[in-house]
Amino acid sequence: MSRDAMLLVDALRDPATTRGLDAQGWTELLSMARAEQLVGTLAERLKIESVPPKVAEILAEARINADYQHRSALWEADCARRALAGYGGKVVLLKGTAYVASGLKAGEGRSIGDLDILVARDDLSQVEEALLDSGWEWVKPDPYDDAYYRDHMHELPPLIHKERDRMIDVHHTILPLTARRRPDAVAMLGRSKPLPFRGGVGAGPVSVAQGLTSPTPDPSPEGEGRLHTLAPTDMVCHSAAHLFADGDLAGGLRNLWDIHCLLSEFSTPDFWPSLGERANLHQLSEPVERAVRLAHQLYGTQIPQEWAGWDRQDKWYVARLTARDGWGRPTRQFIRLIFYIRSHWLRMPLLMLARHLWVKWRKG
Amino acid sequence: MHEFRVQVGPAAFRIGSAWRAPIDQLAHLYRDYPQPDFTDFTVRLEPTTWLRRWLRPSVAIGGDYMLPDAAPLPLAQGLLAAEMAMNLQMALGWRRHLLLHASAVERDGRVLVMTGQSGSGKSTLSALLGSEGWRFLGDEFVLLDPVTGNVVPFPRLISLKNEAIAAMQSAQPDARFGPLLAGTPKGDIRHVVPPADAIAQMGQGGAPALLLFPRYGYPGAVREVAPGETFMRLTQASTNYVALGEAGFITLTRFVKSVPSRAIDYQSGDEAIALVEKLWERLA
Repeated sequence: MSRDAMLLVDALRDPATTRGLDAQGWTELLSMARAEQLVGTLAERLKIESVPPKVAEILAEARINADYQHRSALWEADCARRALAGYGGKVVLLKGTAYVASGLKAGEGRSIGDLDILVARDDLSQVEEALLDSGWEWVKPDPYDDAYYRDHMHELPPLIHKERDRMIDVHHTILPLTARRRPDAVAMLGRSKPLPFRGGVGAGPVSVAQGLTSPTPDPSPEGEGRLHTLAPTDMVCHSAAHLFADGDLAGGLRNLWDIHCLLSEFSTPDFWPSLGERANLHQLSEPVERAVRLAHQLYGTQIPQEWAGWDRQDKWYVARLTARDGWGRPTRQFIRLIFYIRSHWLRMPLLMLARHLWVKWRKG
Repeated sequence: MHEFRVQVGPAAFRIGSAWRAPIDQLAHLYRDYPQPDFTDFTVRLEPTTWLRRWLRPSVAIGGDYMLPDAAPLPLAQGLLAAEMAMNLQMALGWRRHLLLHASAVERDGRVLVMTGQSGSGKSTLSALLGSEGWRFLGDEFVLLDPVTGNVVPFPRLISLKNEAIAAMQSAQPDARFGPLLAGTPKGDIRHVVPPADAIAQMGQGGAPALLLFPRYGYPGAVREVAPGETFMRLTQASTNYVALGEAGFITLTRFVKSVPSRAIDYQSGDEAIALVEKLWERLA
């Protein structure tokens, strides 16, 4: 019973490692996978393995769930596209929805919650207005929180659609404005690519899932009116920033699996040098290098010699990422706490953090 | 963690608890059920904070699937916490059948399904019928098989609320009851073990033959329910209709097309049973 989530990491890296599992082992693996939002991914990975019939039923269920989430996510993306049809700028899908819409391996079986989009900072009020006109509304009516988001964050306060009950996060960059690292959001938008889909009236809901990814002839070479995704290098930079330069590594195993899939799929001799340059441009060299090293270390990602290596801090990251037991419970509370404190430290200068926590504490 | 495993119909649960008491209660009430090796879901009963393990113990409802804002319960209601957590796993995680929030009983291989809001009496009715020549299949969830269209039994503990507790105690004084859980968010609750045949035959389902929408507290009446209304009400009574996509639509459409449905009002258990028998004879 002293297993940690390395059991899950092993199963994802090499599905054959599950062959020796007994009923107890499977139960623990599945609980961990659910807790880490990775059971759909695990189901995809184990497709080729022969597993006990009971396990096969659970994995089939996980695939049904993933299909449902993907359907909803693409539908939600298309709703946003239609709401923003009158907006002239680029609308870039981020994270899970982007992976699924692009047909990337990182999207296979992936769980998806909110819709995340990136738009130009100067256009925020225009985008906000268009979404409010189409049925989205504020989640947090609190004036302090609202002002905090607008002044210091990389996204608008979250909006929720009043009929579909789905959240949208509208980003204008990928890290909080108060963070020390300042990624170049303008460059990211500049290199983003339109998805091969134009949609429009009459396309209908059924065509959405196929439509976003199908290689239909491009009616508008400029990609006008279409959703975009980040360029491959920027996709990796964003994912690494999200994992190691923001937040407390909650859901980290899933994020690292995204990175593993992206790197494996994009890997060409040209890709790696341009990833290095791009990470440098976005002031994200350290998180990107760490992401590459840890993806290699945990998931066995093939990486070039010059990216390999080991940082003495890495072991703490591994300990935090795998801090879960066979009941699906979070473990290693002290390491978790340190990473939690670190996440605030990364996000804002100390004095500002103190003020923020003071206000939040007084408000209860 | 103290641990207990139980198989209810097609679903197997692993329940872990930081305290002994809820596990002992579960083991006692579920003692006639199979104890599986493989489990579909894990349920966790843990203190809300480390202090709450001993001091005014407070049980957080956890597991593979959780609601972020689920209110904790006092340890005295630990059994209820476990039952709620098991329901939650089914509602949020089960995708092998179309799940309807409904109760069901079987006779001659054919199944009567009853659905309605909390307080409609569907749970109590299924329990009463279960001792009146019907086989009890479940009082919380009805599982529809997408392949065969049959109802698959899910006979977990029957959860009696408020006045239904006394009604059941006088109808079935020999049944095995759990502790009285007074003052829960849903009032007084007492669990009762389903009849022996319900547990022994829980692997055996049946074809749905009649759907009723019971309503307790109104003068006796029967009303036809049009298929369109039935369909809409059942989509709302289902926890996974949307998630199942096309399979959910096909399963529900087949059910609505093949099963007659009626709304019934009643003021007492005896009245309801007489109504049910009459409708069953005529329609099923």
